[in-house]
Amino acid sequence: MPTIKELTRTGDLFTSGHRACAGCGGTIILRLLMANAGKNTVVGAATGCMEVVSTIYPYTSWDVNFVHNAFENSAATVSGIETAYRALKKKGKIKKDIKFIAYGGDGGTFDIGLQSLSGAVERGHNMLYLCYNNGAYMNTGIQRSSATPFGAHTTTSPAGSKIKGKMQQRKDLTEIMIAHDMKYVAQATPHNWSDLSNKINKALALNGPAFINVLSPCPLGWGSDPAQSIQIAKLAVETLYWPVYEYENGKYKINIKPKKPKDIEEFLFVQNRFKHLKNEKELIDKIRKHLNEKWNELLNKEKCTN
Amino acid sequence: MSKLELLSGNEAIAKGAIVAGCNFYSGYPITPSSEIAEEMARLLPMNGGKFIQMEDEIAGMGAAIGASLTGAKALTATSGPGFSLKQEHIGFAIMTEIPVVIINVMRGGPSTGMPTYPAQSDVMQAKWGTHGDHSIIVLCPSSVVESFEYTIKAFNLAEQYRTPVIVLIDEVIAHMSEKVEIFSNSHYRIKNRIKPSVRPEKYNPYNVAFGSVPPLAPYGEGYRFHITGLTHDETGFPSMKARIVQDLQERLIEKIESKLKYFSFYEKYMTDDAEIIIIAYGSVARSAMKAVKDARKVGIKAGLYNPITLWPFNNKRMRRFAKKCKHFLVPEMNMGQMCHEVRSSLYGKNVNVYHLNKANGELISPSEILTKLKGVMHV
Repeated sequence: MPTIKELTRTGDLFTSGHRACAGCGGTIILRLLMANAGKNTVVGAATGCMEVVSTIYPYTSWDVNFVHNAFENSAATVSGIETAYRALKKKGKIKKDIKFIAYGGDGGTFDIGLQSLSGAVERGHNMLYLCYNNGAYMNTGIQRSSATPFGAHTTTSPAGSKIKGKMQQRKDLTEIMIAHDMKYVAQATPHNWSDLSNKINKALALNGPAFINVLSPCPLGWGSDPAQSIQIAKLAVETLYWPVYEYENGKYKINIKPKKPKDIEEFLFVQNRFKHLKNEKELIDKIRKHLNEKWNELLNKEKCTN
Repeated sequence: MSKLELLSGNEAIAKGAIVAGCNFYSGYPITPSSEIAEEMARLLPMNGGKFIQMEDEIAGMGAAIGASLTGAKALTATSGPGFSLKQEHIGFAIMTEIPVVIINVMRGGPSTGMPTYPAQSDVMQAKWGTHGDHSIIVLCPSSVVESFEYTIKAFNLAEQYRTPVIVLIDEVIAHMSEKVEIFSNSHYRIKNRIKPSVRPEKYNPYNVAFGSVPPLAPYGEGYRFHITGLTHDETGFPSMKARIVQDLQERLIEKIESKLKYFSFYEKYMTDDAEIIIIAYGSVARSAMKAVKDARKVGIKAGLYNPITLWPFNNKRMRRFAKKCKHFLVPEMNMGQMCHEVRSSLYGKNVNVYHLNKANGELISPSEILTKLKGVMHV
C-alpha cells in the first residue's frame, strides 16, 4: 500500500476547484480514491452531489475518462464500458490495463441504483463500486433514503410533535453485497485514510467486482459543524454507529474495534438532524440497542468465518 | 370565508391535492418537483393521510396505483427523467382504469438535461409516453393559482373517468410565489369515483352497461376482482378475443374524448376580432398575454388562446378560430411540439401557423413574441 507521501506524488486526478460545500466528506473520499486508482481509470457517476459539484461547466475535477449517466445507471453503464474493454483487449486493440470505477451516493446506490449494481456484481464485471454514503438525498434537498438512520430528520421524514423523524432503521447494504458472494466488500470512513486507502487498493487489485460503502459526513444534511466532519466520522466509528470492516474471500475482519465504545449520544447530538431526540430516551435506547445488536452480530460473523 | 396565502406552484399543488381529498402520496425526490413531496410529507399525516417515499420513480407510481385500488386518492410528482421511468405504470393505470394524478414539473431534456431550468419539453411525452393506443387527460396551468385549482380538477377528472390525469407545470411556475386565495373546503366541488351498487358476487370491474366508465370497487370492501395489464373482458380476466379487445381499445379512448366538452378548460383573450391568435400554455401564456397587449398598442390585432386542457386537444375550437382568423403563432419552450397539433387541427384550412421555439432554459419574453408578431404581420 502506498504511503501518504507517495499518494501526494500521484498528482491530483480529482482536482480542486469543485463546488462542494465546506466540510464535505464526499470529495475527500473521491480524492483519495483517485490518488490510489491512478491515471488509467474510467469513472462512471450516478446523478448526485458528487457528480454535480465536480463537473460544473466548463470545468471538471476529473483528470480521467468520466461518464455521468442517469440516477440509476452508473453500474450498468460501467458494465458496458468494461465489457467492451475486455473484448477489445482480447482482440489486441487495447494494450493498457484499465481500471473501472462506478460510484454513487446512497440514493443512487441503496435505492434507485440497487438493481443495476446487483446485476453488475452478479455478472462479475471487473469494477469497483464505491458508495459515498451521507444518508439522504442531499442533492435534491435532504430527502430520506433507505440509508437514512432511524430518528433522523429529513425534508420527507420531518420531525414533528408526533413523528420523530424517520421511523425505519437504515438498510444494511454492505450485508446485501456480501450476500452476492463477492470476493471483496468493505465499510470505511474518510477519517482513517490509510484504512480507506488500503481497501481501495485491495478492491482495485481484484479481477472482479468489489464494493466499498464509505460513510460521508454532510454538514448541510446532518446539520453539523463543517470543521468537525472528520471528527464526526471518527465518532461514528467509536460509537459503533459505523463499523469499519471488510469481507474478503469469505472472511470478515473488523478493522477498527473501539476498546471502550463511546455512547451513541456523543455522535447523535453533534448533528442537528437528531436534535429532536434530545429528550426521547426510548428512541435513543432503540437506536443504541439496534447498533449493539448489529455490532455483536458482526463480532460473531468475524468469529465464525475465521 | 377565505384566506390569502403566498405560495409557490409546488406548494399550491400540494395544498390543492389536500383540498381535493388526496390521502396518499408516494414518490421519489427529483428537482424541480421535490417540494411537492416535502409538502405532502408534512401535510398528509396532519390530514389523516399517508406519505411514503419510495425507492425509485417506478415504485412511486406503482404504490400510487396500489393505494388508489383501495379507494385512496393518490398523487405522485416528478420531473422529466422520473416521468420517463413512470411511463410503463401510466400505461398500466390507463389499461386497468385506475384513477391517479401525476404531476410533472417540466425541466430541460433529454436525459438529465437542465434540472433547475424551465422547459415545456414533455408535452408530447405526456400524451404518447407510454406505449399502446390510448387517450389521456393532461392539464397545464400557467400560474400558482391555476396550479392549485387544476390540481383539484385533476383529481376530480381522475375519479370521474377512472383514468390517470397528468398535470404539467414548468419549473418557473413550480418555484415562483404568487398570491392564492384559498376558501374553506366546502367551497370546492369534489368528485368521487362511482362505487358499484351490485352485490360483491355480481360485480364486474369493467361492466359498461351503464356508461363507458365502469364503477370501481375499492379493495377491502368485500368486492373481489382481477386486475391485469393484459387486455381483458368485463370480468377483468385476460382476453385476446378480437372483438372484445377492439371494444376495449375503442372504449378507453372514447370514454375520455367524447366527454371533452365537459373539461376542455381554456383561457381566451381578445380573440374575437383577432387577426393573429397566439396559442400559448404554461408560463409562456403569461408572456403571450403581455405580448397581445403590447401588440394591440402598435396596431396588431392579436389575441391569446391558452389551452389549459392540453390533451385531448380541442380541434373543434381551433377550427372555429380559423373561420375568422387566418394567422396563428405557437410560442413554446421546446422545439415545436404543440405546433404540430395546431397544424393538424387546422388541416385543410387556408391559414398560416407560425412557430417560436426556445429550448435553452430561458423563458420566452413578451418582447420576443412581439418581435415575431411584427415580423409575420409585416408591421
